[in-house]
Amino acid sequence: MHFAFTEDQLLFKEGLREFLAGECTAADVRVAWENEAGRVPGLWNKLAELGVVGLTAPESAGGMGLGEIDLVGLMEEMGRAAVPEPIIEHTSVAIPALAEAGKTEVLAAAAIGEATVTVVNPRAPYALHGADADWIIVEIDGELRLGASDSLPMEHQPALDGSRRLYRLDVPRGWGEPLDANPALAFDRGALATASQCVGLARHLIETTVAYVSYRHQFGKPVGTYQAVKHHLANAAMAVEFAAPVVAYASWACANNVPERSREVSMAKVLASDAVDLAAEHALQCHGAIGYTYEYDLQLWLKRAWALSAAWGDAGWHRDRVGRALGI
Amino acid sequence: MDLAFTEDELAFRSEIRTWLQNNKPESPLKSMDTPDGFEEHREWEKVLFDAGWSVPHWPAKYGGRDCTLNEWLIYEEEYYASGVPGRVSSNGISLLAPTIFEFGTEEQKDFFLPRMASGEHIWGQGWSEPDAGSDLAAIKTKAVRDGDEFVLNGQKTWCSRGAFADWIFCIVRTDPDSERHAGLSYLLVPADTDGLEARPIGRLDGEPGFAELFFTDARVNARHLLGGEGEGWAVAMATAGSERGLNLRAPGRFVAVADRLRELVAGPEVQPRADLRGDVIDSWIRAQAYRWLTFETATRLNDGAAIGSEASYMKVFWSELDVHMYATALRLAGAQGELIADASDVLDDGSWMDGYVFSLSGKIYAGTNEIQRNIIAERVLGLPRR
Repeated sequence: MHFAFTEDQLLFKEGLREFLAGECTAADVRVAWENEAGRVPGLWNKLAELGVVGLTAPESAGGMGLGEIDLVGLMEEMGRAAVPEPIIEHTSVAIPALAEAGKTEVLAAAAIGEATVTVVNPRAPYALHGADADWIIVEIDGELRLGASDSLPMEHQPALDGSRRLYRLDVPRGWGEPLDANPALAFDRGALATASQCVGLARHLIETTVAYVSYRHQFGKPVGTYQAVKHHLANAAMAVEFAAPVVAYASWACANNVPERSREVSMAKVLASDAVDLAAEHALQCHGAIGYTYEYDLQLWLKRAWALSAAWGDAGWHRDRVGRALGI
Repeated sequence: MDLAFTEDELAFRSEIRTWLQNNKPESPLKSMDTPDGFEEHREWEKVLFDAGWSVPHWPAKYGGRDCTLNEWLIYEEEYYASGVPGRVSSNGISLLAPTIFEFGTEEQKDFFLPRMASGEHIWGQGWSEPDAGSDLAAIKTKAVRDGDEFVLNGQKTWCSRGAFADWIFCIVRTDPDSERHAGLSYLLVPADTDGLEARPIGRLDGEPGFAELFFTDARVNARHLLGGEGEGWAVAMATAGSERGLNLRAPGRFVAVADRLRELVAGPEVQPRADLRGDVIDSWIRAQAYRWLTFETATRLNDGAAIGSEASYMKVFWSELDVHMYATALRLAGAQGELIADASDVLDDGSWMDGYVFSLSGKIYAGTNEIQRNIIAERVLGLPRR
């Protein structure tokens, strides 16, 4: 039992954080809200050059041959920066499934970011960036199928988070080709990555709110001196502190495919969804009216928080799945 | 990251599990906060000590077996899962011992630690005073130096185990002109000292679980000073770190309750309650979260880092989880929920009600959860104090 990330894993995480602080600012996220693709121009290619996009692909396919434990901290940074890219779908879910199924051509293009693959399943039924993606993996009747996105009729479903370009797919019977990969594992990877992004989002929400209430004065002193404000933020921080180790543990459970893998992923998503919900609620409340404006950047993180808290199964759905695994 | 237990850790788990099964008392002991129950629990401490299972994480020369931090966490899991009696010595072994290890002289370690481990010395905590609760630095009890002795005058209260304890660890004001955090000292006081009177206080459950202590010219040998004279606050805060963090309440205790709650909701003793299912599942998840955060913290400690203010997260989390679990069990018990051990219809010998009443103290002792949240906000998050 040794519960720590390696020096390399921590350095990669730190490096990505610094990179995103420059390359995916709030202004960049706002650009994605307004442009056609809903993505930050050029960011995907830069992430591919860093090796992040193809991180989970085997080295023989042009990737880094890394797994869930290496990825989980990077996903946290994606959440912290509110990165508007289909990185969960592409890197956490699609690439391992393509590798498992031996789809070498699509895998090779996906590993270097040349092709984008998005994923839908019953818990995330709208295709994120479906129109902009080249390939789509669909879970139907408990099986994964792969096909080109332009072969599917789809309809844009605008979401509150302007960068989340969601598409309803009308998948014809027998569409695409079977993808011989484990759909339950694919789902767990998506839920795990989403949980990790929730942790990162929650950390950002707490940090920016701490900064705001330390600076904002009322009654002649910073509002952060008041116990009501302190306790809101302490509660949100506590929820994150207890979610993060379980998310890390769930990444280990996925990487080692332990028998309780799905239960552990669900525990992680319950804690991470609840944590980001609490962080979003208290961040807005502690900001007051300024946080309720469209112009102030907090809204970008709030809306992503609400979306990812619910995506890939919300806390209630995952709590139920833990209960069924426990026989209650 | 390797979250599988090693062969050694698995063997350790198997060894302690077997020992507990073979040595569990046949019937539950009386409450440790009654005169008879206290002595029964003291005898249990001796049984643990003689087998080397009282303080396995301590060095062998003080009665331990030098086990690793991970093994100690495993020990705690097995201890509480087995349903053996609670630890009447917990004030000593969990709160005072880490402080003696850090600040004690060799002579103090050699004298106190083995006697604490064997149950010969059961310790009470003498910190709070009538006017020094959450505001601990308001301590007034005076200890005036007179040659080789300190002469104590003042009053302590809410002294856990104070009605029956053999020794009391106290914070006293050794500099009469000092204020607040300065001029305090940490003093180890024999309970049979002349001029020290203990008056038991009935706890919420009616048992004398704590006491008031009155010091009237009580003379204590100066060699029982723990740490330097006037350094009591720093020494005390080291103990508070233990209390709020890893030492006092390891996850095993809560994981065991969550597992019993899971058995209760799935079993035939209670009516199906769909409305409480989520509370049971959530309890189990939160107990696991505490478990994994603790293993992560243990790795950090093993790798040379120190535990700091983040210990406050743990104390708030486990104390509120504890209340939530017992409250959920009492709701599951329905009309039987309010019955106590004497009732023939009572569920599980009244242990859920006992646990509920005790759990409520967890949000108050060791620094109230409101104080802990202030500490989290100010020292971990960096919010302005004023």
